[in-house]
Amino acid sequence: MKPIRDVGIIGYGAYVPRYRLPASEIVRVWKGGDGDTPITEKAVPGPDEDAATIAIEAARNALSRAGIPPARIGAVWVGSESHPYAVKPTSTIVAEAIGATPETQAGDWEFACKAGTEAMQAAFGFVASGMAAYALIVGADTAQGRPGDELEYTASAGGAAYIIGLADESLARLEGSYSYVTDTPDFFRRPGQEYPTHGSRFTGDPAYFRHVLAAARGLMEQLGTKPSDYRMAVFHQPNVKFPERAAKTLGFTDEQIRTGLLADVIGNTYAGSSLLGLTAMLDVAQPGDRLLLVSFGSGAGSDAMSFVVTDKIAERRDRAPFTQDYIRRRKVIDYGLYVRYRGKLKMH
Amino acid sequence: MAIPQNWRLQNQRYRLTGEVCNTCGAKLFPPRDVCPECAKPAYEPFQFAGKGEVYSFTVLSEALAGYEAYEPYPVALVKLQEGPLVTAQLTDVDPQDVHIGMPVEMVTRKLTEEGEDGLIVYGYKFRPVLKPAVNG
Repeated sequence: MKPIRDVGIIGYGAYVPRYRLPASEIVRVWKGGDGDTPITEKAVPGPDEDAATIAIEAARNALSRAGIPPARIGAVWVGSESHPYAVKPTSTIVAEAIGATPETQAGDWEFACKAGTEAMQAAFGFVASGMAAYALIVGADTAQGRPGDELEYTASAGGAAYIIGLADESLARLEGSYSYVTDTPDFFRRPGQEYPTHGSRFTGDPAYFRHVLAAARGLMEQLGTKPSDYRMAVFHQPNVKFPERAAKTLGFTDEQIRTGLLADVIGNTYAGSSLLGLTAMLDVAQPGDRLLLVSFGSGAGSDAMSFVVTDKIAERRDRAPFTQDYIRRRKVIDYGLYVRYRGKLKMH
Repeated sequence: MAIPQNWRLQNQRYRLTGEVCNTCGAKLFPPRDVCPECAKPAYEPFQFAGKGEVYSFTVLSEALAGYEAYEPYPVALVKLQEGPLVTAQLTDVDPQDVHIGMPVEMVTRKLTEEGEDGLIVYGYKFRPVLKPAVNG
């Protein structure tokens, strides 16, 4: 899919909370101290953080890089599976906080871990059609895993924001996008339930790999590109093993996915995951570099997008903190403090 | 606090919007419509940059009702770059690391929740400067 008018990313911003829970803490508490872990540590939101506050900081960073007045943003779309309210948009809180209100469209998006890329695709169409000069999209989550469940090792917090505009203002131009979606119940959460249910091994081949591989192949076939045409690539990262295997199966090298592969040190930031991989790649990309992003959302589907970085990257990337600045800012907490911060203690 | 009262304070709380005096140019926070410097009307909105330094601080170990989740937490008088002193909670910092003169920046965070079925109140807090921006 490619819009009739050329569009792209004019600003981007990352956010990762300060706290880290080492996977060894979960092993200590739940496995007697002995066991393999899918990642080294994950980012944990502080007690005053949620998907809205994460989205606000990422959005402010994106605005700083874009250098546009917030009042010109014609859509504020926030993708998350941990919206702070069941009814009341996160997007209006973000829009108000950055000064985009009141003359703007706003809405919340949901599709498990690909809620953000889904909003991004729609924003490309919205801007290309002339419905808005600029659109802001965010993927942000404070994901929860049931205590002791394998999901608890990786379910983390973070987010990324992008301001979409026309190609001539872009620091990365969209070449095309491709989506692959089926009804696959690999992971879900029913209304009122605190924690999600997942299909364990079923989350692999029929879910993650089927959709990620098909979307990546579909996009490259449509564009006539091949893995070696890309300087860097990011695949949704629920852990380290899945994106590594997906990359290898498609013919990407470890070098190509290294920059965007953050799960080992921040966990799975859900709607933020592939979008944070892209901010990390943009932080170091050079004009002319081609970048691939492939998201995955349970339920299930993948969005694949191809970008070419422009010479505008150099003047804009220093206007806000880098993804690695947030990753380096870390305070390790133990399982007890994690339980307190995540509100897992029943106080009343 | 009732829903309308929280809602009225949104602009100053979410993004540190104050006022500037049309007569003497003083920057006001919180907005109060009358300049404390020259007593003339001051209605013009002014967007503060959110940068400043810790002027003084204390650490609360007996939190106010609704703030127990953050206990113990530092509260500071922050001297904004543009002049005003603002009282605010500090976040993303350990109380023992706070010091007078520490450069801080504004972030929008959860202030409190009005019960499990009530409003989530967001507003400004300050944290140690993450990284000085190079090109503003």
